[in-house]
Amino acid sequence: MTSTDNNKVAKIPKPKMSSSLEKIWSRFQRNKIAMVALGFIIFEVLMAVFAPFIAPYDPLYTDYAAAYQGPTKAHWLGADDLGRDVLSRIIYGARVSYAVGVLSQIFVVIIGLPIGAITGLVGGKLDYIIMRIIDILSSVPGLLLYILLMVALGAGLFNMLLAMSITGWIGIARLVRGQVLSIKQTDYVRAARAMGGNTKHIFFTHLIRNTSTPVIVSMALGVPGAMFAEAGLSFLGLGIAPPTASWGQMIGLYQGLLRTSPHLLIFPAVVLAVTMLAWTLLGDGVRDALDPNIRS
Amino acid sequence: MPEPLLRTENLVKSFPVRKGFFAQKKLRLLAVDRVSLQINEGETLGMVGESGCGKTTLGLTIMRLYEPTSGAVYISGKNFANLSGSELTATRRQLQMIFQDPFASLDPRLTVDEIIREPMNIHGLYTPKERGEEVQRLLEITGLPADSAQRFPSEFSGGQQQRIGIARALALNPKILICDEPVSALDVSVQAQILNLLRELQSQYQLTYMFISHNIAVTAFMSQRIGVMYLGKLVEIGPSKTIVSKPLHPYTQALISAVPEPDPDIKRKRRSLTGDVPSPIDRPTGCPFHPRCPIARDNCKVEDPEQRELAPGHFVSCHYA
Amino acid sequence: MGRYILMRLAGLVGVLLAVSFITFMLMKAVPGGPFDMMAVNASQMIPEEVKQILNKKFGLDRPVMEQYIKFLGNAVKLDFGYSFYYTGRTIVQIFRDQWKYSIQLGLLTITYSIIVGMGLGLLAAIKQNTFWDHFGTGVSLFCLAMPSFVFAVLLQIIFSVKLGWLPTSGWGDSPSQWIMPVLANSLGPVLILQRFTRSSMADVMRSNYVRTARAKGMSERRVMLVHVFKNALTPIITVGGPMLAGLVTGSFFVESIFRIPGVGYFMVSGIANRDYPLIMATTLLWTALISITFLISDLLYAAVDPRVTYVKEK
Repeated sequence: MTSTDNNKVAKIPKPKMSSSLEKIWSRFQRNKIAMVALGFIIFEVLMAVFAPFIAPYDPLYTDYAAAYQGPTKAHWLGADDLGRDVLSRIIYGARVSYAVGVLSQIFVVIIGLPIGAITGLVGGKLDYIIMRIIDILSSVPGLLLYILLMVALGAGLFNMLLAMSITGWIGIARLVRGQVLSIKQTDYVRAARAMGGNTKHIFFTHLIRNTSTPVIVSMALGVPGAMFAEAGLSFLGLGIAPPTASWGQMIGLYQGLLRTSPHLLIFPAVVLAVTMLAWTLLGDGVRDALDPNIRS
Repeated sequence: MPEPLLRTENLVKSFPVRKGFFAQKKLRLLAVDRVSLQINEGETLGMVGESGCGKTTLGLTIMRLYEPTSGAVYISGKNFANLSGSELTATRRQLQMIFQDPFASLDPRLTVDEIIREPMNIHGLYTPKERGEEVQRLLEITGLPADSAQRFPSEFSGGQQQRIGIARALALNPKILICDEPVSALDVSVQAQILNLLRELQSQYQLTYMFISHNIAVTAFMSQRIGVMYLGKLVEIGPSKTIVSKPLHPYTQALISAVPEPDPDIKRKRRSLTGDVPSPIDRPTGCPFHPRCPIARDNCKVEDPEQRELAPGHFVSCHYA
Repeated sequence: MGRYILMRLAGLVGVLLAVSFITFMLMKAVPGGPFDMMAVNASQMIPEEVKQILNKKFGLDRPVMEQYIKFLGNAVKLDFGYSFYYTGRTIVQIFRDQWKYSIQLGLLTITYSIIVGMGLGLLAAIKQNTFWDHFGTGVSLFCLAMPSFVFAVLLQIIFSVKLGWLPTSGWGDSPSQWIMPVLANSLGPVLILQRFTRSSMADVMRSNYVRTARAKGMSERRVMLVHVFKNALTPIITVGGPMLAGLVTGSFFVESIFRIPGVGYFMVSGIANRDYPLIMATTLLWTALISITFLISDLLYAAVDPRVTYVKEK
């Protein structure tokens, strides 16, 4: 292969495990299912953003004459008990779901990542205290904690985001802390220290790039979880209060009308389920694209 | 007698360990036991011993990647172990390390260019443009192709990865290089290339090496002097030729006799040791080698031997060598 | 190991204290007391003076910390007082009467989930990359994306309303009432079990000691029985905790939707009615239950797997 007295060695190409954006994107593209999911999500986002132009009716507009109607030409998906158009409410409901789903994950990372990184880097007493707090908060079943917080805070979009942030940072913090702890032990961090790199340098040069993948995947997979939580809370009457439309809330409100007007339940239920499915598939696709070596 | 470039004085590194049903007992693992050695400018000191003897820990402690439990490390006369803050950072430039696992020592998410630049960035050396030129220069002297800079470590072979590590270590123009088993993870044919590279660089840039390895033949090839470690203790240190041909410490004798001799006509006496190396947590009292030593006597259980100069420049820690 | 258990138990007590404190303060932070919600009849709320008497009777006019200490003192004796909403019944009585429904639902769910979840997982692992494997993955994906209450409602629509095969709600009259609640409740557990069984089995089947067994000439069936199942299934213990947590939260929805009078149902109504004693007690109950389950599963795991010890080495 090479002559032993020649220092210039011929390069043996290895499979590229690169982190540049184009390569990630091309890997993602090969996953057909994830691409379909992405397409659907983009469609929904557009629907949410352009809701005022797309929705046939104002979602708050009541028309008692049309109440309880099944799908008709005037109301494609029917009307609810107050005569509001179901299709319009579903379109506007997307705004709520996406706002909560995406924003909650952003907040959770903003809070959780620094906490996890700092506590992992610094260790010692700070680490101990933070870990105790995390243990306590994670002993209470997740939804229960949300419920308690929402009872105390009252219904509403802002309160829900607040409650999710208070409880959700734990997952990211734990994840980042674990990553930091293992990265701290690597030889390349040791080498960086040997060069005279201080903690700040190591954080920005090495930690951020090496922890970003799990964090991004966690965010992508966290969106459907957050949507589920919002839907569940709204279903119980603790989340988004009427008249603002939310898919979960609609399912909860119309539960009693099961026998008489099942269409009021089916449409938001199906939309919610399909949206969560799409995000889950997207999250899996993102994970596989970012690091093809990780297999579930 | 000029001051040696690197000198350690009674360097100790120990780790706390917990054991027991109720985790009551707090024991200490003594990894480096009062090691005193020196390396003169331009020379290579080899450190050999079995796995777990503390030679790697010694290297890391000298670098202050582990903080010394006690003892001193003098670089050009200044106690490196005492420094802190910006003085510590500045002094670190003189003392760099090459690691055993070439791939693990490189951040997989950084390009080769970023990896080699990192030390320059930390110390604010050169302008960004000059840094790029420096990277190219370092790639060239370590035998890497010029277009390596934009690639990632995973695209290279083990030998090339180690060259990247060497290039990075040289970026700060250090005086001393601690090489921790730099070729143990590589194929034999590649080993020779890397070793030759290290020797060339040493003569070209007047570098001083501590060469840590468990392979005695390789160490003898690279070093003018060799130190032998056992359970954290420096049991013998002296010129390579003498250590290999006429070892004085019973452990070194057994170690040397275990090295295969290619020439079938040369007959050598094989000295075997009984038993296994004890766990460093359960260190024997007195001389740590006494349970397995063929010439041990009663006081070896009690008294830990001091270093004695049995021949010029040749020190041995044994009561009865 | 003994020290480990003690520390975990101490931690458990600490957690309960912290959780009870936080919950208590949260409940007190809500504007409006429990009696604001109650009415004499459809048009008249309780008069102010009556409210004050009730407040005094239940000790709600004392300083908050005092109320909390009193609560703790009683809680240790397992006396959680009377429900505000279900007047005349103590919390403990409510638990005792309604407990069994939740347990019945829980046990049925677990049994079903084990059969289906582990069954699918086993099949997927043994016949990797075949139809069964993909089917199992599809089922998991379904369980992951479909919220349990949505599924419950959809089941009701299809099987109760449209087809009329199954009763909409209730419990205790006939086994046909069990089907939909168990299906809806089992989404989480089936997901966990299927994925876990499959990956654990696949790992073990690939391992070197199984290879050795096959190389020795052991029949495939014996390989499975003697080596694979035992080693793959033992780590199941570790998922016990998370599964229970999922069952607890799932029960809120499923019991409400199907009108099953279990503890989850009462918790939900307690929240709606601001029934503080009920809320406090249920929260503490679930927290304690889950923490103990985690501890038991950790210990069981250590007992079963000789490699695992909880002795700390630095």
